[in-house]
Amino acid sequence: MGNVPSAVKHCLSYQQLLREHLWIGDSVAGALDPAQETSQLSGFPEYVKIVEVGPRDGLQNEKVIVPTDIKIEFINQLSQTGLSVIEVTSFVSSRWVPQVAAGATEISVFGAASESFSKKNINCSIEESMEKFEEVVKSARHMNIPARGYVSCALGCPYEGNITPQKVTEVSKRLYGMGCYEISLGDTIGVGTPGSMKRMLESVMKEIPPSALAVHCHDTYGQALANILMALQMGINVVDSAVSGLGGCPYAKGASGNVATEDLIYMLNGLGLNTGVNLYKVMEAGDFICKAVNKTTNSKVAQASFNA
Amino acid sequence: MATMRKVLPRRLVGLASLRAVSTSSVGTFPKRVKIVEVGARDGLQNEKNIVSTSTKIKLIDMLSEAGLPVIEATSFVSPKWVPQVAAGAKEVTVFGAASELFTKKNTNCSIDESLQRSDEILRAARAAGIPVRGYVSCVLGCPYEGKISPAKVAEVTKKMYSMGCYEISLGDTIGVGTPGIMKDMLSAVMHEVPVAALAVHCHDTYGQALANTLMALQMGVSVVDSSVAGLGGCPYAQGASGNLATEDLVYMLSGLGIHTGVNLQKLLEAGTFICQALNRKTSSKVAQATCKL
Repeated sequence: MGNVPSAVKHCLSYQQLLREHLWIGDSVAGALDPAQETSQLSGFPEYVKIVEVGPRDGLQNEKVIVPTDIKIEFINQLSQTGLSVIEVTSFVSSRWVPQVAAGATEISVFGAASESFSKKNINCSIEESMEKFEEVVKSARHMNIPARGYVSCALGCPYEGNITPQKVTEVSKRLYGMGCYEISLGDTIGVGTPGSMKRMLESVMKEIPPSALAVHCHDTYGQALANILMALQMGINVVDSAVSGLGGCPYAKGASGNVATEDLIYMLNGLGLNTGVNLYKVMEAGDFICKAVNKTTNSKVAQASFNA
Repeated sequence: MATMRKVLPRRLVGLASLRAVSTSSVGTFPKRVKIVEVGARDGLQNEKNIVSTSTKIKLIDMLSEAGLPVIEATSFVSPKWVPQVAAGAKEVTVFGAASELFTKKNTNCSIDESLQRSDEILRAARAAGIPVRGYVSCVLGCPYEGKISPAKVAEVTKKMYSMGCYEISLGDTIGVGTPGIMKDMLSAVMHEVPVAALAVHCHDTYGQALANTLMALQMGVSVVDSSVAGLGGCPYAQGASGNLATEDLVYMLSGLGIHTGVNLQKLLEAGTFICQALNRKTSSKVAQATCKL
């Protein structure tokens, strides 16, 4: 960049700024500031669980293949951050029993709210996919392994366009009914806006308690954090994200994909919501993986904090 | 540093008692939003590369074709501003800040002194029948002072309003704000100044701009500043982004069914044009997603 004004040198260092504004201090939970209490009373959940999908969803959708030792180091760093859930495995094939025997602690099943998407992605109709999932989830529960359900295209489909909230509700209800402990509603191509998020959640929340729901927003059109804010206001308290915003969008060449965990935590901290996650450590893990795969971070917080 | 790992409850504690806001108010938005396009002024000023006057004029033409109702075009008005007005300026802007240190470092005087100077400009402008818009910087945080109290923002905004500014744009200059802080700041300001006279100018330095803008809309604000292609970096954080991209803002407002009068397609063309002229990539996510298809 050109000349940075000399006045800038007297600015607070970024660490100090983050500490001031994020009220992180030394405690992961953060000291409560009177200003935050107002925010907490205005309709937000007290605690938000972040589901980190970087090592799975994120890396899978990156052009570069990541060597296993780097992936392991990445996951190790993430596990030091306080993140309570880190998705690490790749898609489970139909022969999933060996993976489970290999130590998987949870399985995921992926449905879609769009027939076309279902057909193109997994080569069967929504109904057929649900039947297969029932078997998988049933067997998993037999082995005391929890199952998480995903609903793709919750706010729009690359093939069908608009998706009705009723369809999302129908599919979510099926997944919940068969025993998934949590349903992650995914805005797969990031086309959603806070209005469509609200309408979709209003419909789904009639059938499924908000505590069993999560949102998985993509930032393809820059709407992710605004959509997540709306979801939080509606009572959702589980959010999927990926460190550094790893993972592009396979449906829009050159577009970004997942919302960056760093930017999400920044917002949640500012809102005074408890996450249990240390933002600095997440930023370090993000810095590590970006250098390792030679890509620029998609996190604005990281861009603002680490010198270019 | 030892990691603190607490076993945090997965389920909400007393959620019902925290829901002070009904779901219906969460979805209340203004029917129309006026977008103030600052790309040609604020944006270009903060870019590394300089563009020719003819390029700047072409950009302004394209932005106007796109339907943007207000396009800031002129650079900062110096104290010898009468000639500029004689040259045809239709509106004048006065700049203040909610931070003493920022005001001192930026304009070498105190907040009170800067407001006095603004007052003189306002009187002259009103005598000449020229509307004056006010800006308040650092409303959600200051690069020197850190936290800024909502009361201070309200005080400065009230003064500008009573001096005669028809509209005051509240700027999150370094983009550190988050929706809760935006809400608290606006609550304080709206006690003193009618919401119809307020605008928000959010920076996307930490990726919070659109979420902060959403909160402002929910509070009743209906004027938003933004910059085509997200032009303009942040002088306080090297390598960081600056303004909220107009394309991304229009996308959200459109999705919310809010009328803006802006044609997104033409706006995207203006963005592509200026990015090529500046030899830089767009900061707009919408532009990144649509242009490569």
